[in-house]
Amino acid sequence: MSETASRSSREVYRDLVAELLPRDERLVCLDSDTGLFGGVDFGTARDRYVNLGIAEHTMMGTAAGLAKEGRRPLVNTMAAFAASRAVEAVKIDIAMNHLPVVIAATHSGVSAGHLGPTHHALEDLAVMRTLPNMTVVAPGDAATTETLFRQALSVPGPVYFRLGRGPTPDLPQGPPVRLGRAQVLRRGLDVTIAACGPYPVLAALEAADRLGRDGIRASVLHVHTVKPLDVATLAAWASATGVVITVEEHWASAGFGAAVAESLTELMPIRMHRVALPDAFVSVAGDQRHLLRRAGVTASAVVERARAALGQKDV
Amino acid sequence: MTIVSTTPGTLPLSETTARVREHIVGMCAGPEGGHAGGSLSLVEILATLYFRVMRVDPRFPGAPDRDVLLLSKGHGGLALYGTLCEAGFFPEEWLADYAMPDSHLMAHPHPEIPGVEMPTGSLGHGLALGIGFALAFGLDSADRRCFVVMGDGELQEGSVWEAAAVAANHRLDNLVAVVDRNRLQITGDTEQVGGAEPLAERWRAFGWQVREADGHDVDELTLALGTPPTPGRPTLVIAHTVKGKGLPFVEGHVRSHYARLSERQHQRALAALRSEREKA
Repeated sequence: MSETASRSSREVYRDLVAELLPRDERLVCLDSDTGLFGGVDFGTARDRYVNLGIAEHTMMGTAAGLAKEGRRPLVNTMAAFAASRAVEAVKIDIAMNHLPVVIAATHSGVSAGHLGPTHHALEDLAVMRTLPNMTVVAPGDAATTETLFRQALSVPGPVYFRLGRGPTPDLPQGPPVRLGRAQVLRRGLDVTIAACGPYPVLAALEAADRLGRDGIRASVLHVHTVKPLDVATLAAWASATGVVITVEEHWASAGFGAAVAESLTELMPIRMHRVALPDAFVSVAGDQRHLLRRAGVTASAVVERARAALGQKDV
Repeated sequence: MTIVSTTPGTLPLSETTARVREHIVGMCAGPEGGHAGGSLSLVEILATLYFRVMRVDPRFPGAPDRDVLLLSKGHGGLALYGTLCEAGFFPEEWLADYAMPDSHLMAHPHPEIPGVEMPTGSLGHGLALGIGFALAFGLDSADRRCFVVMGDGELQEGSVWEAAAVAANHRLDNLVAVVDRNRLQITGDTEQVGGAEPLAERWRAFGWQVREADGHDVDELTLALGTPPTPGRPTLVIAHTVKGKGLPFVEGHVRSHYARLSERQHQRALAALRSEREKA
Protein backbone atom coordinates (compact mmCIF):
# COMPACT_ATOMS: atom_id res chain seq x y z
CA MET A 1 0.00 0.00 0.00
CA SER A 2 1.24 3.47 -0.85
CA GLU A 3 2.10 5.56 2.17
CA THR A 4 3.07 8.64 0.18
CA ALA A 5 1.49 11.71 1.68
CA SER A 6 -0.66 13.18 -1.05
CA ARG A 7 -2.48 16.47 -1.19
CA SER A 8 -4.99 17.07 1.58
CA SER A 9 -8.63 16.60 0.63
CA ARG A 10 -9.35 20.24 1.41
CA GLU A 11 -6.64 21.39 -1.01
CA VAL A 12 -8.06 19.11 -3.69
CA TYR A 13 -11.47 20.63 -3.03
CA ARG A 14 -10.07 24.18 -3.13
CA ASP A 15 -8.41 23.58 -6.50
CA LEU A 16 -11.60 22.08 -7.90
CA VAL A 17 -13.59 25.13 -6.81
CA ALA A 18 -10.99 27.39 -8.44
CA GLU A 19 -11.30 25.35 -11.64
CA LEU A 20 -15.07 24.99 -11.73
CA LEU A 21 -16.35 28.36 -10.49
CA PRO A 22 -15.50 30.24 -13.72
CA ARG A 23 -16.93 27.41 -15.82
CA ASP A 24 -20.28 26.94 -14.12
CA GLU A 25 -22.40 30.02 -13.56
CA ARG A 26 -24.65 28.22 -11.11
CA LEU A 27 -21.83 27.81 -8.59
CA VAL A 28 -21.46 30.34 -5.79
CA CYS A 29 -18.71 29.83 -3.24
CA LEU A 30 -19.66 31.10 0.22
CA ASP A 31 -16.83 31.34 2.70
CA SER A 32 -16.81 31.96 6.43
CA ASP A 33 -13.31 33.43 6.57
CA THR A 34 -11.70 30.01 6.53
CA GLY A 35 -8.60 31.22 4.72
CA LEU A 36 -8.80 28.21 2.41
CA PHE A 37 -9.14 30.40 -0.68
CA GLY A 38 -6.32 32.81 0.12
CA GLY A 39 -4.43 33.65 -3.08
CA VAL A 40 -6.99 31.97 -5.36
CA ASP A 41 -7.92 34.15 -8.34
CA PHE A 42 -11.42 33.31 -9.48
CA GLY A 43 -11.04 35.56 -12.53
CA THR A 44 -14.37 36.28 -14.19
CA ALA A 45 -16.14 34.41 -11.39
CA ARG A 46 -14.87 36.82 -8.74
CA ASP A 47 -18.38 38.01 -7.90
CA ARG A 48 -19.39 34.42 -7.13
CA TYR A 49 -16.88 34.04 -4.33
CA VAL A 50 -18.44 35.71 -1.29
CA ASN A 51 -16.66 35.81 2.04
CA LEU A 52 -19.44 36.42 4.56
CA GLY A 53 -17.14 36.56 7.57
CA ILE A 54 -17.20 34.34 10.63
CA ALA A 55 -20.95 33.77 10.49
CA GLU A 56 -21.75 30.10 9.91
CA HIS A 57 -25.48 30.24 10.60
CA THR A 58 -25.85 33.20 8.27
CA MET A 59 -23.81 31.36 5.64
CA MET A 60 -26.14 28.34 5.70
CA GLY A 61 -29.24 30.53 5.45
CA THR A 62 -27.66 32.58 2.68
CA ALA A 63 -26.85 29.39 0.79
CA ALA A 64 -30.48 28.32 1.06
CA GLY A 65 -31.72 31.63 -0.37
CA LEU A 66 -29.25 31.43 -3.26
CA ALA A 67 -30.14 27.80 -3.97
CA LYS A 68 -33.83 28.63 -3.97
CA GLU A 69 -33.05 31.13 -6.74
CA GLY A 70 -31.36 28.47 -8.86
CA ARG A 71 -27.76 28.75 -7.75
CA ARG A 72 -25.66 25.85 -6.49
CA PRO A 73 -23.85 27.17 -3.43
CA LEU A 74 -20.69 25.64 -2.01
CA VAL A 75 -20.34 26.61 1.63
CA ASN A 76 -17.08 26.42 3.49
CA THR A 77 -16.46 25.95 7.16
CA MET A 78 -14.96 23.46 9.55
CA ALA A 79 -16.95 20.28 10.20
CA ALA A 80 -17.36 21.23 13.85
CA PHE A 81 -19.17 24.44 12.92
CA ALA A 82 -21.22 22.98 10.09
CA ALA A 83 -22.50 20.06 12.11
CA SER A 84 -22.93 21.70 15.50
CA ARG A 85 -23.05 25.46 15.51
CA ALA A 86 -24.98 25.99 12.29
CA VAL A 87 -26.93 22.76 12.18
CA GLU A 88 -30.36 24.29 12.73
CA ALA A 89 -29.91 26.36 9.60
CA VAL A 90 -28.70 23.24 7.77
CA LYS A 91 -31.79 21.37 8.93
CA ILE A 92 -34.50 23.97 8.40
CA ASP A 93 -33.17 26.18 5.65
CA ILE A 94 -31.26 23.68 3.50
CA ALA A 95 -32.37 20.09 4.18
CA MET A 96 -36.09 20.75 4.69
CA ASN A 97 -36.18 22.62 1.38
CA HIS A 98 -34.16 19.91 -0.36
CA LEU A 99 -31.82 22.52 -1.79
CA PRO A 100 -28.65 21.63 -3.73
CA VAL A 101 -26.04 23.05 -1.38
CA VAL A 102 -22.66 21.38 -0.94
CA ILE A 103 -21.40 21.83 2.61
CA ALA A 104 -17.62 21.48 2.44
CA ALA A 105 -16.64 20.64 6.00
CA THR A 106 -12.91 20.66 6.58
CA HIS A 107 -10.97 19.65 9.72
CA SER A 108 -13.32 16.70 10.29
CA GLY A 109 -12.76 14.06 12.94
CA VAL A 110 -9.55 14.78 14.85
CA SER A 111 -7.70 16.05 11.78
CA ALA A 112 -7.26 19.38 13.56
CA GLY A 113 -5.89 17.54 16.56
CA HIS A 114 -3.65 20.29 17.87
CA LEU A 115 -6.47 22.83 17.81
CA GLY A 116 -8.21 20.97 20.61
CA PRO A 117 -11.65 19.44 21.09
CA THR A 118 -13.55 22.65 20.18
CA HIS A 119 -12.28 22.04 16.66
CA HIS A 120 -12.81 18.29 16.49
CA ALA A 121 -15.89 16.94 14.75
CA LEU A 122 -16.71 13.46 15.98
CA GLU A 123 -20.48 13.90 15.81
CA ASP A 124 -20.91 15.23 12.28
CA LEU A 125 -21.77 11.98 10.50
CA ALA A 126 -24.39 11.23 13.15
CA VAL A 127 -25.93 14.67 12.89
CA MET A 128 -25.91 14.93 9.12
CA ARG A 129 -27.09 11.42 8.30
CA THR A 130 -30.09 11.93 10.54
CA LEU A 131 -31.36 14.81 8.41
CA PRO A 132 -33.84 13.86 5.70
CA ASN A 133 -32.77 14.70 2.11
CA MET A 134 -29.08 14.88 3.09
CA THR A 135 -26.35 13.03 1.22
CA VAL A 136 -23.30 12.39 3.39
CA VAL A 137 -19.91 11.79 1.77
CA ALA A 138 -16.53 11.18 3.43
CA PRO A 139 -13.82 10.57 0.79
CA GLY A 140 -10.88 8.34 1.72
CA ASP A 141 -8.09 10.19 -0.10
CA ALA A 142 -7.24 12.96 -2.55
CA ALA A 143 -8.23 11.11 -5.72
CA THR A 144 -11.52 9.98 -4.23
CA THR A 145 -12.21 13.54 -3.12
CA GLU A 146 -11.89 14.80 -6.67
CA THR A 147 -14.08 12.10 -8.16
CA LEU A 148 -16.77 12.36 -5.51
CA PHE A 149 -16.86 16.16 -5.54
CA ARG A 150 -17.51 16.22 -9.28
CA GLN A 151 -20.30 13.67 -8.75
CA ALA A 152 -21.69 15.58 -5.77
CA LEU A 153 -22.37 18.56 -8.04
CA SER A 154 -25.04 16.50 -9.79
CA VAL A 155 -26.88 15.49 -6.64
CA PRO A 156 -30.28 17.21 -6.68
CA GLY A 157 -30.25 17.97 -2.94
CA PRO A 158 -27.87 18.92 -0.15
CA VAL A 159 -24.53 17.16 0.26
CA TYR A 160 -22.40 17.11 3.39
CA PHE A 161 -18.85 16.70 2.10
CA ARG A 162 -16.48 15.64 4.88
CA LEU A 163 -12.92 16.81 4.38
CA GLY A 164 -9.75 16.62 6.44
CA ARG A 165 -7.04 19.11 7.23
CA GLY A 166 -3.61 17.68 6.44
CA PRO A 167 -2.45 15.39 3.63
CA THR A 168 -3.27 11.70 4.02
CA PRO A 169 -1.76 8.75 2.12
CA ASP A 170 -3.22 7.69 -1.23
CA LEU A 171 -5.37 4.57 -1.14
CA PRO A 172 -4.46 1.74 -3.51
CA GLN A 173 -6.14 1.62 -6.89
CA GLY A 174 -9.54 -0.01 -6.84
CA PRO A 175 -12.73 -0.22 -8.85
CA PRO A 176 -14.18 3.10 -10.07
CA VAL A 177 -15.43 5.37 -7.30
CA ARG A 178 -19.16 6.04 -7.53
CA LEU A 179 -21.09 8.17 -5.11
CA GLY A 180 -23.55 5.96 -3.23
CA ARG A 181 -21.61 2.75 -3.87
CA ALA A 182 -19.10 1.14 -1.55
CA GLN A 183 -15.73 0.57 -3.20
CA VAL A 184 -14.57 -3.01 -2.74
CA LEU A 185 -10.79 -2.85 -2.20
CA ARG A 186 -10.22 -6.44 -1.05
CA ARG A 187 -12.25 -9.58 -1.47
CA GLY A 188 -12.19 -12.22 1.27
CA LEU A 189 -14.82 -14.53 2.63
CA ASP A 190 -13.87 -14.80 6.32
CA VAL A 191 -14.54 -11.31 7.59
CA THR A 192 -15.83 -8.01 6.18
CA ILE A 193 -14.09 -4.80 7.19
CA ALA A 194 -16.07 -1.71 6.24
CA ALA A 195 -14.25 1.58 6.73
CA CYS A 196 -15.05 5.26 6.35
CA GLY A 197 -12.43 8.01 6.12
CA PRO A 198 -8.72 8.08 5.19
CA TYR A 199 -7.02 6.52 8.21
CA PRO A 200 -9.83 4.06 8.95
CA VAL A 201 -9.55 2.68 5.41
CA LEU A 202 -5.76 2.45 5.77
CA ALA A 203 -6.23 0.65 9.10
CA ALA A 204 -8.68 -1.75 7.45
CA LEU A 205 -6.22 -2.53 4.65
CA GLU A 206 -3.35 -3.09 7.07
CA ALA A 207 -5.55 -5.30 9.25
CA ALA A 208 -6.55 -7.31 6.19
CA ASP A 209 -2.86 -7.86 5.40
CA ARG A 210 -2.09 -8.97 8.91
CA LEU A 211 -5.10 -11.30 9.09
CA GLY A 212 -4.11 -12.68 5.70
CA ARG A 213 -0.73 -13.75 7.09
CA ASP A 214 -2.70 -15.98 9.49
CA GLY A 215 -4.83 -17.34 6.69
CA ILE A 216 -7.86 -15.21 7.48
CA ARG A 217 -9.22 -13.68 4.33
CA ALA A 218 -10.82 -10.27 4.83
CA SER A 219 -12.82 -8.17 2.43
CA VAL A 220 -12.28 -4.43 2.73
CA LEU A 221 -14.99 -1.98 1.75
CA HIS A 222 -14.17 1.71 1.37
CA VAL A 223 -17.53 3.22 2.26
CA HIS A 224 -17.19 6.87 1.27
CA THR A 225 -20.93 7.50 1.07
CA VAL A 226 -22.52 7.21 4.50
CA LYS A 227 -25.92 8.28 3.22
CA PRO A 228 -27.43 6.83 1.15
CA LEU A 229 -25.59 3.81 2.51
CA ASP A 230 -24.81 1.06 -0.01
CA VAL A 231 -26.74 -1.53 1.93
CA ALA A 232 -26.80 -3.97 -0.99
CA THR A 233 -23.01 -4.28 -1.15
CA LEU A 234 -22.65 -4.31 2.63
CA ALA A 235 -25.32 -6.98 2.98
CA ALA A 236 -23.81 -9.12 0.26
CA TRP A 237 -20.41 -9.20 1.95
CA ALA A 238 -21.92 -9.47 5.42
CA SER A 239 -23.97 -12.49 4.48
CA ALA A 240 -20.96 -14.08 2.78
CA THR A 241 -18.68 -13.62 5.80
CA GLY A 242 -21.07 -13.48 8.76
CA VAL A 243 -18.77 -11.00 10.52
CA VAL A 244 -18.53 -7.26 9.96
CA ILE A 245 -16.03 -4.90 11.57
CA THR A 246 -16.56 -1.20 10.96
CA VAL A 247 -13.83 1.44 11.29
CA GLU A 248 -14.38 5.19 11.48
CA GLU A 249 -12.98 8.48 12.71
CA HIS A 250 -16.10 9.41 14.67
CA TRP A 251 -17.65 8.72 18.03
CA ALA A 252 -19.11 5.20 18.10
CA SER A 253 -22.50 6.63 18.92
CA ALA A 254 -24.74 7.05 15.87
CA GLY A 255 -21.88 7.27 13.36
CA PHE A 256 -20.87 5.16 10.39
CA GLY A 257 -20.68 1.84 12.24
CA ALA A 258 -24.05 2.51 13.79
CA ALA A 259 -25.49 3.21 10.34
CA VAL A 260 -24.13 -0.13 9.09
CA ALA A 261 -25.48 -1.93 12.17
CA GLU A 262 -28.92 -0.39 11.80
CA SER A 263 -29.13 -1.49 8.19
CA LEU A 264 -27.68 -4.99 8.48
CA THR A 265 -29.38 -6.10 11.68
CA GLU A 266 -32.73 -5.50 10.06
CA LEU A 267 -31.75 -7.90 7.29
CA MET A 268 -29.84 -10.75 8.88
CA PRO A 269 -28.32 -12.11 12.06
CA ILE A 270 -24.78 -10.76 12.03
CA ARG A 271 -21.78 -10.43 14.35
CA MET A 272 -20.58 -6.85 14.35
CA HIS A 273 -17.93 -4.80 16.07
CA ARG A 274 -17.38 -1.09 15.73
CA VAL A 275 -13.90 0.40 15.88
CA ALA A 276 -14.54 4.06 16.61
CA LEU A 277 -13.65 6.75 19.11
CA PRO A 278 -14.96 6.09 22.61
CA ASP A 279 -17.60 8.21 24.30
CA ALA A 280 -15.20 10.90 25.49
CA PHE A 281 -13.85 14.26 24.38
CA VAL A 282 -10.29 14.10 23.10
CA SER A 283 -8.66 16.55 25.46
CA VAL A 284 -5.00 16.27 24.56
CA ALA A 285 -2.89 17.62 21.71
CA GLY A 286 -1.46 15.47 18.97
CA ASP A 287 -1.68 14.98 15.24
CA GLN A 288 -4.50 13.04 13.62
CA ARG A 289 -2.67 9.69 13.62
CA HIS A 290 -1.51 10.09 17.20
CA LEU A 291 -5.00 10.84 18.46
CA LEU A 292 -6.52 7.97 16.47
CA ARG A 293 -3.92 5.56 17.88
CA ARG A 294 -4.57 6.86 21.37
CA ALA A 295 -8.31 6.37 20.88
CA GLY A 296 -7.83 2.83 19.58
CA VAL A 297 -8.77 3.41 15.96
CA THR A 298 -5.94 1.26 14.62
CA ALA A 299 -5.22 -1.77 12.48
CA SER A 300 -4.38 -3.71 15.67
CA ALA A 301 -7.82 -2.99 17.07
CA VAL A 302 -9.42 -4.19 13.85
CA VAL A 303 -7.34 -7.39 13.90
CA GLU A 304 -8.20 -8.02 17.53
CA ARG A 305 -11.94 -7.49 16.98
CA ALA A 306 -11.90 -9.64 13.85
CA ARG A 307 -10.15 -12.48 15.67
CA ALA A 308 -12.54 -12.21 18.59
CA ALA A 309 -15.56 -12.24 16.31
CA LEU A 310 -14.24 -15.18 14.31
CA GLY A 311 -13.57 -17.02 17.57
CA GLN A 312 -17.21 -16.54 18.50
CA LYS A 313 -18.20 -17.68 15.05
CA ASP A 314 -16.37 -20.96 15.55
CA VAL A 315 -17.98 -21.65 18.94
CA MET B 1 -36.76 51.55 -8.51
CA THR B 2 -40.48 52.00 -9.01
CA ILE B 3 -43.23 50.73 -6.84
CA VAL B 4 -45.05 48.04 -8.72
CA SER B 5 -47.98 45.99 -7.62
CA THR B 6 -49.67 43.57 -9.91
CA THR B 7 -51.83 42.01 -7.25
CA PRO B 8 -55.40 42.58 -8.34
CA GLY B 9 -57.23 44.35 -5.57
CA THR B 10 -60.83 45.29 -6.09
CA LEU B 11 -61.59 46.04 -2.45
CA PRO B 12 -60.36 49.09 -0.59
CA LEU B 13 -57.38 48.05 1.51
CA SER B 14 -59.33 48.68 4.74
CA GLU B 15 -61.87 46.05 3.59
CA THR B 16 -59.04 43.63 2.92
CA THR B 17 -57.43 44.13 6.31
CA ALA B 18 -60.81 43.71 8.00
CA ARG B 19 -61.34 40.44 6.20
CA VAL B 20 -57.83 39.24 7.12
CA ARG B 21 -58.60 39.94 10.79
CA GLU B 22 -61.81 37.92 10.52
CA HIS B 23 -59.81 35.06 9.00
CA ILE B 24 -57.33 35.22 11.88
CA VAL B 25 -59.97 34.99 14.61
CA GLY B 26 -61.72 32.30 12.57
CA MET B 27 -58.57 30.16 12.59
CA CYS B 28 -58.13 30.84 16.31
CA ALA B 29 -61.52 29.18 16.74
CA GLY B 30 -60.17 26.07 15.04
CA PRO B 31 -59.11 22.87 16.80
CA GLU B 32 -55.78 24.19 18.12
CA GLY B 33 -56.32 27.93 18.41
CA GLY B 34 -53.58 30.19 17.08
CA HIS B 35 -51.12 33.02 17.56
CA ALA B 36 -53.74 35.76 17.60
CA GLY B 37 -51.84 38.74 18.97
CA GLY B 38 -48.74 38.68 16.77
CA SER B 39 -50.88 37.93 13.72
CA LEU B 40 -53.32 40.78 14.34
CA SER B 41 -50.42 43.22 14.75
CA LEU B 42 -49.06 42.21 11.32
CA VAL B 43 -52.17 42.71 9.22
CA GLU B 44 -51.46 46.15 7.74
CA ILE B 45 -47.76 45.34 7.21
CA LEU B 46 -48.57 42.30 5.07
CA ALA B 47 -51.51 43.95 3.30
CA THR B 48 -49.32 46.92 2.34
CA LEU B 49 -46.61 44.61 1.05
CA TYR B 50 -48.89 42.30 -0.94
CA PHE B 51 -51.35 44.91 -2.24
CA ARG B 52 -49.22 48.01 -2.67
CA VAL B 53 -45.51 47.38 -2.60
CA MET B 54 -44.40 43.96 -3.78
CA ARG B 55 -44.38 42.71 -7.34
CA VAL B 56 -46.29 39.45 -6.94
CA ASP B 57 -48.82 37.60 -9.05
CA PRO B 58 -51.02 35.06 -7.29
CA ARG B 59 -51.58 33.23 -10.57
CA PHE B 60 -47.83 32.60 -10.79
CA PRO B 61 -46.50 32.28 -7.24
CA GLY B 62 -43.08 31.28 -8.57
CA ALA B 63 -42.87 33.99 -11.26
CA PRO B 64 -39.18 34.66 -11.95
CA ASP B 65 -39.51 38.44 -11.55
CA ARG B 66 -41.43 38.37 -8.27
CA ASP B 67 -40.42 40.06 -5.07
CA VAL B 68 -39.94 37.69 -2.16
CA LEU B 69 -41.46 37.86 1.31
CA LEU B 70 -40.07 35.82 4.19
CA LEU B 71 -42.14 35.78 7.36
CA SER B 72 -39.24 35.33 9.74
CA LYS B 73 -41.67 35.67 12.66
CA GLY B 74 -43.32 32.48 11.51
CA HIS B 75 -45.82 32.56 14.37
CA GLY B 76 -47.54 35.32 12.41
CA GLY B 77 -48.61 32.60 9.99
CA LEU B 78 -52.32 33.26 10.41
CA ALA B 79 -51.92 36.82 9.12
CA LEU B 80 -49.92 35.52 6.17
CA TYR B 81 -52.56 32.89 5.34
CA GLY B 82 -55.33 35.47 5.55
CA THR B 83 -53.38 37.87 3.32
CA LEU B 84 -52.40 35.25 0.74
CA CYS B 85 -56.01 34.11 0.60
CA GLU B 86 -57.30 37.68 0.08
CA ALA B 87 -54.62 38.25 -2.57
CA GLY B 88 -55.87 35.20 -4.43
CA PHE B 89 -53.09 32.69 -3.85
CA PHE B 90 -55.58 30.08 -2.67
CA PRO B 91 -59.33 29.84 -2.08
CA GLU B 92 -60.96 30.95 1.14
CA GLU B 93 -62.25 27.43 1.86
CA TRP B 94 -58.68 26.33 2.54
CA LEU B 95 -58.57 28.43 5.69
CA ALA B 96 -61.08 26.09 7.32
CA ASP B 97 -58.37 23.42 7.13
CA TYR B 98 -56.09 25.35 9.46
CA ALA B 99 -54.52 22.93 12.00
CA MET B 100 -56.77 20.09 10.84
CA PRO B 101 -55.08 16.69 10.54
CA ASP B 102 -52.94 16.42 7.37
CA SER B 103 -53.37 20.11 6.49
CA HIS B 104 -50.35 22.08 5.29
CA LEU B 105 -51.75 25.11 7.09
CA MET B 106 -49.84 24.83 10.36
CA ALA B 107 -49.07 27.43 12.98
CA HIS B 108 -45.84 28.21 11.14
CA PRO B 109 -45.74 28.65 7.34
CA HIS B 110 -44.64 25.81 5.09
CA PRO B 111 -43.76 26.16 1.39
CA GLU B 112 -46.41 23.63 0.41
CA ILE B 113 -48.76 26.61 0.73
CA PRO B 114 -48.92 28.69 -2.48
CA GLY B 115 -47.12 31.99 -1.89
CA VAL B 116 -44.99 30.75 0.99
CA GLU B 117 -41.35 30.83 -0.11
CA MET B 118 -39.55 29.17 2.80
CA PRO B 119 -40.50 27.38 6.01
CA THR B 120 -40.11 29.70 8.97
CA GLY B 121 -40.95 29.62 12.63
CA SER B 122 -37.69 28.95 14.34
CA LEU B 123 -36.81 32.57 15.04
CA GLY B 124 -33.74 34.26 13.66
CA HIS B 125 -33.60 32.51 10.27
CA GLY B 126 -35.30 34.95 7.90
CA LEU B 127 -32.64 37.60 7.60
CA ALA B 128 -29.91 35.13 6.55
CA LEU B 129 -32.27 33.61 4.00
CA GLY B 130 -33.02 37.11 2.78
CA ILE B 131 -29.30 37.72 2.24
CA GLY B 132 -29.23 34.68 -0.03
CA PHE B 133 -32.15 35.96 -2.10
CA ALA B 134 -30.69 39.46 -2.24
CA LEU B 135 -27.29 38.15 -3.38
CA ALA B 136 -29.00 36.01 -6.03
CA PHE B 137 -30.97 39.01 -7.33
CA GLY B 138 -27.71 40.95 -7.53
CA LEU B 139 -25.90 38.17 -9.42
CA ASP B 140 -28.85 38.00 -11.82
CA SER B 141 -28.90 41.82 -12.18
CA ALA B 142 -32.61 41.49 -11.42
CA ASP B 143 -34.71 44.42 -10.24
CA ARG B 144 -36.23 42.43 -7.40
CA ARG B 145 -36.42 42.88 -3.66
CA CYS B 146 -36.59 40.62 -0.66
CA PHE B 147 -38.71 41.61 2.34
CA VAL B 148 -38.07 39.95 5.70
CA VAL B 149 -40.65 40.46 8.43
CA MET B 150 -39.38 39.91 11.96
CA GLY B 151 -40.86 40.19 15.40
CA ASP B 152 -39.39 42.49 18.03
CA GLY B 153 -38.94 39.59 20.46
CA GLU B 154 -37.16 37.75 17.65
CA LEU B 155 -34.36 40.31 17.78
CA GLN B 156 -33.15 38.54 20.93
CA GLU B 157 -31.82 35.78 18.66
CA GLY B 158 -28.11 36.34 18.01
CA SER B 159 -28.41 35.10 14.44
CA VAL B 160 -30.42 38.24 13.59
CA TRP B 161 -27.44 40.42 14.41
CA GLU B 162 -24.98 38.13 12.67
CA ALA B 163 -27.06 38.50 9.52
CA ALA B 164 -27.62 42.23 10.08
CA ALA B 165 -23.86 42.81 10.00
CA VAL B 166 -23.36 40.63 6.92
CA ALA B 167 -26.19 42.32 4.97
CA ALA B 168 -24.81 45.79 5.63
CA ASN B 169 -21.24 44.75 4.89
CA HIS B 170 -22.33 43.37 1.53
CA ARG B 171 -24.31 46.54 0.75
CA LEU B 172 -27.55 44.69 0.04
CA ASP B 173 -29.88 47.58 -0.78
CA ASN B 174 -32.42 45.18 -2.31
CA LEU B 175 -33.08 43.77 1.15
CA VAL B 176 -35.81 45.31 3.30
CA ALA B 177 -36.38 44.08 6.84
CA VAL B 178 -39.45 44.98 8.85
CA VAL B 179 -39.77 44.76 12.62
CA ASP B 180 -43.30 44.30 13.88
CA ARG B 181 -42.73 46.44 16.97
CA ASN B 182 -45.69 45.36 19.10
CA ARG B 183 -43.58 45.46 22.29
CA LEU B 184 -44.84 42.16 23.69
CA GLN B 185 -43.68 38.57 23.74
CA ILE B 186 -45.00 35.47 25.52
CA THR B 187 -43.84 36.41 28.99
CA GLY B 188 -44.30 40.15 28.79
CA ASP B 189 -42.83 43.48 27.74
CA THR B 190 -39.95 43.09 25.27
CA GLU B 191 -38.01 45.72 27.20
CA GLN B 192 -38.24 43.74 30.42
CA VAL B 193 -37.56 40.34 28.86
CA GLY B 194 -34.83 41.12 26.36
CA GLY B 195 -34.50 44.82 25.66
CA ALA B 196 -34.82 45.96 22.05
CA GLU B 197 -34.08 49.65 22.57
CA PRO B 198 -32.49 51.78 21.35
CA LEU B 199 -33.86 49.92 18.36
CA ALA B 200 -33.33 52.41 15.54
CA GLU B 201 -29.88 53.34 16.76
CA ARG B 202 -28.82 49.71 16.96
CA TRP B 203 -29.73 49.09 13.33
CA ARG B 204 -28.18 52.35 12.20
CA ALA B 205 -24.99 51.38 13.99
CA PHE B 206 -25.03 48.13 12.01
CA GLY B 207 -25.13 50.16 8.79
CA TRP B 208 -28.82 50.02 7.95
CA GLN B 209 -31.08 52.78 6.69
CA VAL B 210 -33.84 52.96 9.31
CA ARG B 211 -37.39 54.18 8.73
CA GLU B 212 -40.28 54.23 11.17
CA ALA B 213 -43.99 54.04 10.54
CA ASP B 214 -47.29 53.56 12.30
CA GLY B 215 -47.66 49.86 11.58
CA HIS B 216 -51.43 50.14 11.27
CA ASP B 217 -51.40 53.06 8.82
CA VAL B 218 -51.12 51.67 5.30
CA ASP B 219 -50.12 55.03 3.81
CA GLU B 220 -47.23 55.47 6.22
CA LEU B 221 -46.24 51.86 5.63
CA THR B 222 -46.40 52.28 1.86
CA LEU B 223 -44.01 55.20 2.08
CA ALA B 224 -41.62 53.41 4.43
CA LEU B 225 -41.63 50.12 2.54
CA GLY B 226 -41.91 51.37 -1.00
CA THR B 227 -39.53 54.33 -1.11
CA PRO B 228 -36.32 53.36 -2.92
CA PRO B 229 -33.40 52.53 -0.65
CA THR B 230 -30.32 54.53 0.08
CA PRO B 231 -27.88 53.01 -2.43
CA GLY B 232 -25.60 50.48 -0.81
CA ARG B 233 -27.66 50.15 2.35
CA PRO B 234 -30.24 47.61 3.43
CA THR B 235 -33.44 49.14 4.79
CA LEU B 236 -35.04 48.46 8.16
CA VAL B 237 -38.62 49.56 8.76
CA ILE B 238 -39.74 49.74 12.37
CA ALA B 239 -43.50 49.32 12.22
CA HIS B 240 -45.01 50.45 15.52
CA THR B 241 -47.96 48.19 16.14
CA VAL B 242 -50.36 46.98 18.81
CA LYS B 243 -50.39 43.32 19.68
CA GLY B 244 -53.89 41.92 19.22
CA LYS B 245 -54.90 45.00 17.17
CA GLY B 246 -58.63 45.09 16.44
CA LEU B 247 -59.81 43.04 19.41
CA PRO B 248 -60.32 45.56 22.21
CA PHE B 249 -60.41 42.96 25.00
CA VAL B 250 -56.90 41.68 24.19
CA GLU B 251 -55.24 44.65 22.47
CA GLY B 252 -51.88 45.36 24.05
CA HIS B 253 -52.20 42.46 26.48
CA VAL B 254 -49.75 39.62 26.89
CA ARG B 255 -52.63 37.16 26.89
CA SER B 256 -53.32 37.97 23.23
CA HIS B 257 -50.23 35.92 22.25
CA TYR B 258 -52.13 32.70 21.76
CA ALA B 259 -55.90 32.29 21.66
CA ARG B 260 -58.12 29.25 21.57
CA LEU B 261 -61.58 30.61 20.93
CA SER B 262 -64.86 28.82 21.64
CA GLU B 263 -67.63 29.41 19.13
CA ARG B 264 -69.21 31.92 21.51
CA GLN B 265 -65.88 33.76 21.87
CA HIS B 266 -65.41 33.60 18.11
CA GLN B 267 -68.76 35.32 17.51
CA ARG B 268 -67.95 37.87 20.19
CA ALA B 269 -64.56 38.53 18.54
CA LEU B 270 -66.16 39.01 15.12
CA ALA B 271 -68.68 41.43 16.60
CA ALA B 272 -65.87 43.33 18.32
CA LEU B 273 -63.85 43.56 15.08
CA ARG B 274 -66.92 45.00 13.32
CA SER B 275 -67.69 47.49 16.00
CA GLU B 276 -64.04 48.64 16.09
CA ARG B 277 -64.20 49.19 12.34
CA GLU B 278 -67.39 51.22 12.61
CA LYS B 279 -65.75 53.41 15.24
CA ALA B 280 -62.79 53.93 12.87
